[in-house]
Amino acid sequence: MNKEQMNIVVVGHVDHGKSTLIGRLLYDTDSLPEGKYEELKAVSEKRNMPLEWSFVLDAFQAERDQAVTIDTTRIWFKTEKRDYVIIDAPGHREFLKNMISGAAAADAAVLVVDAAEGLKEQTRRHAYLLHLLGLKQIVVVVNKMDLVDHDAGRFNDVSNEVTEYLSGLGLSPMAIVPISARHGDGIASMSENMDWYEGQSLLKTLDRFVLQPRPVARPLRFPIQDVYKTEGERILVGRIEAGRLRVGDTLMFSPANRSATVTSIENWPEQDPPQVDARAGDIVGITLDQRIFVERGDIGSHVEKAPMLTNVFRANIFWLSDTALKEGKSYTLKLGTRSAKVRVQSIDHVVNTETLQHDKKTEIKRNDMAEITLRSREMLALDPYTENPSTGRCVLLDGFDTVGGGIIHMRGYPDQRNALPTGADNLYEVDHLLTAQERMNRNGHRGSVIWFTGLSGAGKSTLAMRVERALFTKGYQTYVLDGDNVRKGLNADLGFKPEDRAENIRRVGEVAALNADAGLVCLTAFISPYRADRTRARQTCKDGDFHEVYIKADVATCESRDPKGLYKKARTGEIPNFTGVSSPYEAPDKPELVVDTMKYSIEECVEQITDYVEKNIGLTQENTRDKIKAL
Amino acid sequence: MSEKLDQLEAQSIYILREAYNKIEKLGMLWSIGKDSTALLWLVRKAFFGRIPFPMIQLETHQELPEVYEFRDWLRKEWNFELIIEDCPPEEDMDKTLPPATRAAARKTEGLKNFIDKTRHQGLILGIRRDEQSMRAKERVFSPRSFDGSWDYKDQPPELWDQYKTEFDDDTHVRIHPLLQWTELDIWEYTKRENIPCVPLYFARDGKRYRSLGEKNITFPVDSNASTIDEIIEELKTTRVTERSGRAMDNETEDSFERLRRSGYM
Repeated sequence: MNKEQMNIVVVGHVDHGKSTLIGRLLYDTDSLPEGKYEELKAVSEKRNMPLEWSFVLDAFQAERDQAVTIDTTRIWFKTEKRDYVIIDAPGHREFLKNMISGAAAADAAVLVVDAAEGLKEQTRRHAYLLHLLGLKQIVVVVNKMDLVDHDAGRFNDVSNEVTEYLSGLGLSPMAIVPISARHGDGIASMSENMDWYEGQSLLKTLDRFVLQPRPVARPLRFPIQDVYKTEGERILVGRIEAGRLRVGDTLMFSPANRSATVTSIENWPEQDPPQVDARAGDIVGITLDQRIFVERGDIGSHVEKAPMLTNVFRANIFWLSDTALKEGKSYTLKLGTRSAKVRVQSIDHVVNTETLQHDKKTEIKRNDMAEITLRSREMLALDPYTENPSTGRCVLLDGFDTVGGGIIHMRGYPDQRNALPTGADNLYEVDHLLTAQERMNRNGHRGSVIWFTGLSGAGKSTLAMRVERALFTKGYQTYVLDGDNVRKGLNADLGFKPEDRAENIRRVGEVAALNADAGLVCLTAFISPYRADRTRARQTCKDGDFHEVYIKADVATCESRDPKGLYKKARTGEIPNFTGVSSPYEAPDKPELVVDTMKYSIEECVEQITDYVEKNIGLTQENTRDKIKAL
Repeated sequence: MSEKLDQLEAQSIYILREAYNKIEKLGMLWSIGKDSTALLWLVRKAFFGRIPFPMIQLETHQELPEVYEFRDWLRKEWNFELIIEDCPPEEDMDKTLPPATRAAARKTEGLKNFIDKTRHQGLILGIRRDEQSMRAKERVFSPRSFDGSWDYKDQPPELWDQYKTEFDDDTHVRIHPLLQWTELDIWEYTKRENIPCVPLYFARDGKRYRSLGEKNITFPVDSNASTIDEIIEELKTTRVTERSGRAMDNETEDSFERLRRSGYM
């Protein structure tokens, strides 16, 4: 029987000895093909060079001539415990994309560091990528110990340097092993040259790694790869990425949220008895009891543990293209089997892999690692990477080419699934006997929502209260909804997590729309940081009755005002998820009115808003008369 | 059941279905050997018994008689479309190539002619990474220009099964669903699934073919393995390379590299 197989990627700075290590590893595990060692000796002699272990891997003449690895190589070896596939990834900066291909497929990594040189640029960059790709099983080898006289002190210095850097990434290596790959020291066994080292050899350390089990305990994720129609049957095919699926399960397909029950798992040749369940990693074809519309890219899940729905998310990415990534540019996103157009809403930071600091930059250059916020036009089903890795990672394409990739997180953004209508089909609206026109005639104005949005400290509440007073004086029926009168009662059950904030705004939007329906000019004063939430509030109102007013002031201005001392607390971390500091604010695209509180006084701002209201809502204006007639 | 074979099978079926979904004009090179026959079996599994694209055989008229016999039998047995493409004669090949490499180059040219004629956008091949160190560097979806040349220095990254499936018009793609398999995996799978194969793989009089190629440039190796089980046992201990009976691999340091770069399988 075949033994289990583990994929190992070998990474590190160019010339720190990755290929030599692998060549020697094959020799020490007796995995070289017959005659290969002799061939190696012959080639080395012909080229008048010392025996070069790396030639085992270098398949191309160009690689042998330049003594550099050009592309990722796979090579097989075995220990008593298991079979290994080594993925040798080139250490050159320009070959990062090859290294990523290798590392993305690996179960564990060997990070090679030169004893004399210590950590170099690619050492750090590769380590950061292992962290970004979610690889946790790492062994560090400090190579070329023979060139530093097998000195324990030097080994300790390098070990400390590596340990410090890796712990900054939240990684801790299984072991740090001193080796001399060229002489085979420390690979299968330790020689007396390093009798001061108390740990195990590299091979023994590798055998201590464990294969990650299939993620069967996570919620079911079944991305649809294709739909086959055969003999009247419709078979949905794909790979179960997580969880379990059984015949009889009701599946919901996101993002459209259509549900049906699994009637069979199809196989060829037919199985007897037929297959009734499948688990993560299995390729399956299923049939459903209803002909619902399902297409490639949809994700099947159980109803109660569905993926998140969103059209905006963050990603920690690596960038591979010569053309820099910039804010506002569009790319094709591939997420599981789904492709979608996305736009870069913001570059949140670029990682300095030397210091691990976050730099604020306006573009992301080749081989950079960064955090960005992406927005799609359509709704996407996804998971934060930490919750379900296979549906939480993505690749970005520019035209036909893969230019980057990374892992998804939702920090500061809510699940928009809650925002969808929940299908309360048994509700029937009773028609009012009183018309909007009658209310308008009585009130002298249209019922409307004036929706203020802006950062904390921009002046929303102050202006809303003043505008309310001003309108009331002019005879308007008006009322302000703000945090205090809503949070204490209607929304007392909600906190400040992204989902709660979204729900808070959803309810405010509904109440505001009811107020408008009742004929009031309803002013709302909420940060309402997400565009999606404001769009939904707009859709809740009758056409033309929603007026978005952007109360404009930048973070620096608001922070200098800080009337409630909230920014201070946010900066110290006392308040988490604070908009503008640790949580995003999405300024409106096309608000009906922009009121710049950095430029104008409170009185001027109040006047701008009341003017707008009178012009657009008041019955005294000619244009609104026309509108009312048209109703 | 072997977890490893299950995973390899699942991966190959996933790749075949990606190719079928993404590529309009698709075909598969069937060399009649053990790898591409196992792959053909996987095609049937992926598409619930159907073989939804044609098999293509590059014909040099130099295969062993048992190979042709097996071809005609399986074609009837499994009922699929087979396109037989005649390769140009050896005299037309690059004279600077060593002799056996030149003979092998006929298939490269036959393949180029075929693609020129039919404009297939995707070709599925049964190559494996463990066969030869150059093949170890292949991608699952490997773009080629229409003259077949392979730019191994600038290959697209393959992340999390996101393959390069969209191309310019002057490119075609080779799809390699068996890249992760080893020779041993193929035999264990052939046994488990009861897949037929050419009898030349089994030893007669102390010799068997480990790899089947044209009769003028392929030779049997010493072996007493006359059943699948014996082959599996042999492979677990042997250190003789699979392609040691292939003359063109062993002529000069770079003969296989030259073949591959110009479009060999």
